[in-house]
Amino acid sequence: MATIELKSLVKSYGRTEVIHSIDLEVPDGEFVVFVGPSGCGKSTTLRMIAGLEEVSGGEVRIGGRLVNEVDPKARNIAMVFQNYAIYPHMSVRQNIAFGLYTSKMSKEEKNAKVEDAAQMLDLTNLLDRRPSALSGGQRQRVAIGRAMVRDPAAFLFDEPLSNLDAQLRAQMRIEIKALHQRLGTTIAYVTHDQVEAMTMADRIVVMKDGHILQAAPPMEIYDNPVDVFTARFIGTPSMNILPARQTGAGMELAEGAPAVLAGLRPADLRVGETPQSGGMVLSGTVTAVEPLGPETLVHFETGGHAVIGSAPGHEIPAIGSTVTAVTAPGKVHLFDPETEKATGRA
Amino acid sequence: MSATATDMPLPKARIRPGRILLWTVLFIGGMLMITPLLFMFSTSLKTAGQVYDLRLIPESPTLANYVQLLTENGFLRWFVNSTIVAICVTASNCFFDSLVGYTLAKFRFRGRQFVFIAILSTLMIPTEMLVIPWYLMSANFGWLDSYWGIMFPGMMTGFGTFLMKQFFETVPDDFLEAARIDGLNEFTIWWKIAMPLVTPALSALAIFTFLGNWTAFFWPLIVTTSKELYTLPIGLTSFAVEQQVQWEKIMTGAALATIPTLVVFLLLQRFIVRGVMLAGLKG
Repeated sequence: MATIELKSLVKSYGRTEVIHSIDLEVPDGEFVVFVGPSGCGKSTTLRMIAGLEEVSGGEVRIGGRLVNEVDPKARNIAMVFQNYAIYPHMSVRQNIAFGLYTSKMSKEEKNAKVEDAAQMLDLTNLLDRRPSALSGGQRQRVAIGRAMVRDPAAFLFDEPLSNLDAQLRAQMRIEIKALHQRLGTTIAYVTHDQVEAMTMADRIVVMKDGHILQAAPPMEIYDNPVDVFTARFIGTPSMNILPARQTGAGMELAEGAPAVLAGLRPADLRVGETPQSGGMVLSGTVTAVEPLGPETLVHFETGGHAVIGSAPGHEIPAIGSTVTAVTAPGKVHLFDPETEKATGRA
Repeated sequence: MSATATDMPLPKARIRPGRILLWTVLFIGGMLMITPLLFMFSTSLKTAGQVYDLRLIPESPTLANYVQLLTENGFLRWFVNSTIVAICVTASNCFFDSLVGYTLAKFRFRGRQFVFIAILSTLMIPTEMLVIPWYLMSANFGWLDSYWGIMFPGMMTGFGTFLMKQFFETVPDDFLEAARIDGLNEFTIWWKIAMPLVTPALSALAIFTFLGNWTAFFWPLIVTTSKELYTLPIGLTSFAVEQQVQWEKIMTGAALATIPTLVVFLLLQRFIVRGVMLAGLKG
């Protein structure tokens, strides 16, 4: 197990800088998830930690050791790739054992390790199969098995669940999380799926355009996003961002240049509830409804803005009807209209 | 009892006129290709006096030509020579073309594109133009009339390098990076991971190279002088001397010479078809 430290880390391709001096410290045993849109630099950062990309500036330290110039194999890390990267010409057993190819262990020890990993990942019955005879989830487990047998100081996952269907993804999320709890190894995990980030991470690192915008525990980011991008990126459906101005007790929609940007989570914007003092009240025409069972997402238009609110599961407003949605005091996130940085709550 | 599926009348298969035309053209094409082979086998079963009797089935077929060829005239020696040359050159091509193709496909280094274009440009030089430099080289290094002299021009080819490079480009980098993290060195990654993933291309390259060298005539004719070093195609020409061409012997030798090519093709055909299709080559 080991810490991972990034100090003023820079990556450039020619004259184009894609990672701009980022700093991050991942404590021993933490599950940290890098999240952000495509091209934000999260995979590049992970690949620099792995040693698959050269570091243009700054430092990468694993377990306190500077590894900028160290080969991937000497970093004592294991990586799981988006496309599994399990070798199609080898059986599951050979694939898992391949993680120990350069190990000086005896054959018996290697076999025992493979058997242990297979048992932990529920692959024992599949050990003699070829990857082509496995499902996506099983393939991903083989890739994890190959990483596991090496007892690495840290695991790196590069969008490992992107190729799985939604149901399998949910299952694998739980399995990876359980694996982390069992092994206690440091994990750096890259994804563009904020649900994965929220459900798995001890800490989320939100990245955009080669910068770290926020690094904090999932609920901290959900409750206190530092800017509009993070606020909209974390949470499903995305936070509503509306131009607003302060009134006596609460907020109201603003026309023209706004004094502030109001961020309203759909879950906090309750359709059909009685307005109370403070908070924000919005009225508009329903354009679409999404009944999800426990709640219904209500899409409505107000002052030329498309907004999403939520109603109780069985209260489904008719399309075209007028609804009123209410946000409780303290639930409105405020952002500066120019810098888009968070300024507080109302 | 209710009617079962087998009781139902089968729908009449409609044969479209286009299909008939297609089959006719394919049949004619097939016949054009197979007829020389049939005559080759037919002639090999005839005596010298029957050679110009163009009946496909000989009046009194005999295996005497086969017996004579396999016991006299150094035919077996030529066969062995051709086998040695074809196998060595094929193995060399599979190894070196793959190694260079992999390097060009998977490593970024200064001058990579220049090297690739230089290799590719060798494809545009006709063999006839290369024969004189090859000959001078062989003469200077003392390679004339030797196995190495026959083999060296084909030990590595631009075509093979190009073919393998194209295939290695389709191998996902993730495989190689995973192996790098697992601690393999670059040579082992190439040998253990990348090579098994390009088996179809490798098989296609192997058969093209084997066939090309098995039937090679021009360069072996120039570089060899002693009968012991003749390859099969050169050896067979010795049956055509002034005033007399021993067609029955030539055809018998040719018939025997097709056996290894047939074996190679039958062994590798599923790879070859896939390899040719993937490579976009016109066989």
